[in-house]
Amino acid sequence: MGEKTIQDINARIADGSVHVVTAEEMPNIVAELGPEGAAREVDIVTTGTFGAMCSSGAWLNFGHSDPPIKMQKVWLNDVEAYTGLAAVDAYIGATQMSETRGMEYGGAHVIEDLVSGKSVDIHATSYGTDCYPRKVLDTTVTIDDINQAVMMNPRNAYQKYNVATNCSDRTLYTYMGTLLSNNGNATYSGAGVLSPMFNDPTYQTIGVGTRIFLCGAQGYITGEGTQHDPSDNFGTLMVQGDLKKMNKKYVRGATFEKYGNSLYLGIGIPIPILNADIAKATAITDADITTNVLDYGVARRSRPVLRQVTYEELKSGMIDINGNEVTTSPMSSFHEARGIALELKESIQKGLFYPTLPVERLPNKGVFKPMKQIKEQPTVADVMASRVTTIRQGLTVENAAKVIMEGNFNHLPVVSDKDKLVGIITAWDVAKAVAQNKRDKLDDIMTRTVITADLTELIETAARKLEQHNISALPVINNKNMVVGIITSDDISKLMTRR
Amino acid sequence: MKLTLYATPEITAKPLIAEVILETGALLNIDRADVKPKGGEVVIDVPLDRYDEVTKAFEKRGARIIRLEMPVIKDDDECINCGACISVCPTGVISFKDDWSIEMDVSKCVQCGTCVTMCPHNALTLSE
Repeated sequence: MGEKTIQDINARIADGSVHVVTAEEMPNIVAELGPEGAAREVDIVTTGTFGAMCSSGAWLNFGHSDPPIKMQKVWLNDVEAYTGLAAVDAYIGATQMSETRGMEYGGAHVIEDLVSGKSVDIHATSYGTDCYPRKVLDTTVTIDDINQAVMMNPRNAYQKYNVATNCSDRTLYTYMGTLLSNNGNATYSGAGVLSPMFNDPTYQTIGVGTRIFLCGAQGYITGEGTQHDPSDNFGTLMVQGDLKKMNKKYVRGATFEKYGNSLYLGIGIPIPILNADIAKATAITDADITTNVLDYGVARRSRPVLRQVTYEELKSGMIDINGNEVTTSPMSSFHEARGIALELKESIQKGLFYPTLPVERLPNKGVFKPMKQIKEQPTVADVMASRVTTIRQGLTVENAAKVIMEGNFNHLPVVSDKDKLVGIITAWDVAKAVAQNKRDKLDDIMTRTVITADLTELIETAARKLEQHNISALPVINNKNMVVGIITSDDISKLMTRR
Repeated sequence: MKLTLYATPEITAKPLIAEVILETGALLNIDRADVKPKGGEVVIDVPLDRYDEVTKAFEKRGARIIRLEMPVIKDDDECINCGACISVCPTGVISFKDDWSIEMDVSKCVQCGTCVTMCPHNALTLSE
């Protein structure tokens, strides 16, 4: 069959005869007409996504002060921006936190405030040179006062993303939101059926130079995003657009409780339907897109995959994890993603937006490499004491005092007659019990919720647990809940000094 | 129908709720309870037709009762309709409408505040 060219399509936009549909409408059209028929019928499919995209930021050029300053450091509303280039250029990153307000306000909020037309306080310092003598500068600007304000995001529009849940017994605060203990919830991200890159999975029309809807302005794809991982369907995009032309509705600073900041932004990509293959790809539905459910309770690079799910299952509001019904929450907004696909569709119909073909294709093979680490990461097993004294449940405080005295240590795990860990006693607990004249049952004074470590856990993780719970030792247990060792803050301190 | 009971430290130690249940025979359900130095604060679910009677019985005992009309407030200008709040709510207050915008059934809210901290864009607040 005859293929359409981008010039054909753009001529139809110009004469008002173009046929544009959103990626939500396309599956039915392809089902009805087949890919060939759909390719004849439809000229452009619009996609959209609106979610937290942490790897985002903006280049700002402030113009020169009098006398001029070579900004060595600069803060916008107390959020530091990067100035390691020239004199008055700075990059404000979305996840940088305010030095005075912490994660309540970050670079993302600065960007939102700029787009909203609000005033932003600038504070800059320098060492002073013959050509840039000024050492300190304080001023207030709005986006209209500065020269360029260009959003330039190294990694946006993930093709899909993992689902986060938490198998551990404590609540976790992550970039995927609050994850309740024992699989209390699951959070996910991505627009599914509207996902730009999933509607063109071989990147035939999405590439370097493709014109896109970026937060209400017309922007461009400048290349593959960082961590672009097409072989695993985790493609990403690097994008650029004029911050001054953006709509504040699509640029929203975010705070994730006890994690930090991110920037919610909206991207829409038009897919010109040049042939039947492209039409067929845009017929993808939520049921066709599969992703992994990961246990964020494991604070390692490779988190255990609990199962695979489709976006259709995720969007139903409930998924099954290990036999339990778990409520799901998107972290991205499907409502806004749909709004973007529709807004882009209307712009094209009105002749305000002309799609382009890429000047260069994105890689559609290749994977995201892990970091090369040259220092070996010690595990709990490397550092723990494997000879650990325990005491049986049911004995007395007197018994425990004696064991602690003889062994000259501070922490005594309490085990059942089947050697399972049931509690822990410290020398302090014993002293307190004696002072209060509670010398009988150990069970009355032991701590029952024991914070533990496992053998393969990294020392970094164990150290964080000690700090978070303000304790000084963790019994190390195997998968049968039996004590196989103990690791103390002393052990970790010794390891640090040995390094 | 939910109400919040405020009890001063002097009466916090008394079995107020048990007394009111025995007196009125109403099936009260305690949704949330906090005891702080300034006194007790309890969110109680009350059958609609027993509301006046139960309120009077508490007030007779010196407790202050406030009807939870709008326990949680959503600022529509700030809400980005992501739905992050949905899965952390223990009582199923929040859901999506057909158009994927957020809908709240505030009659189920017990003011635990989890949604307020989960919300990435500060769109939710608990009312006093």
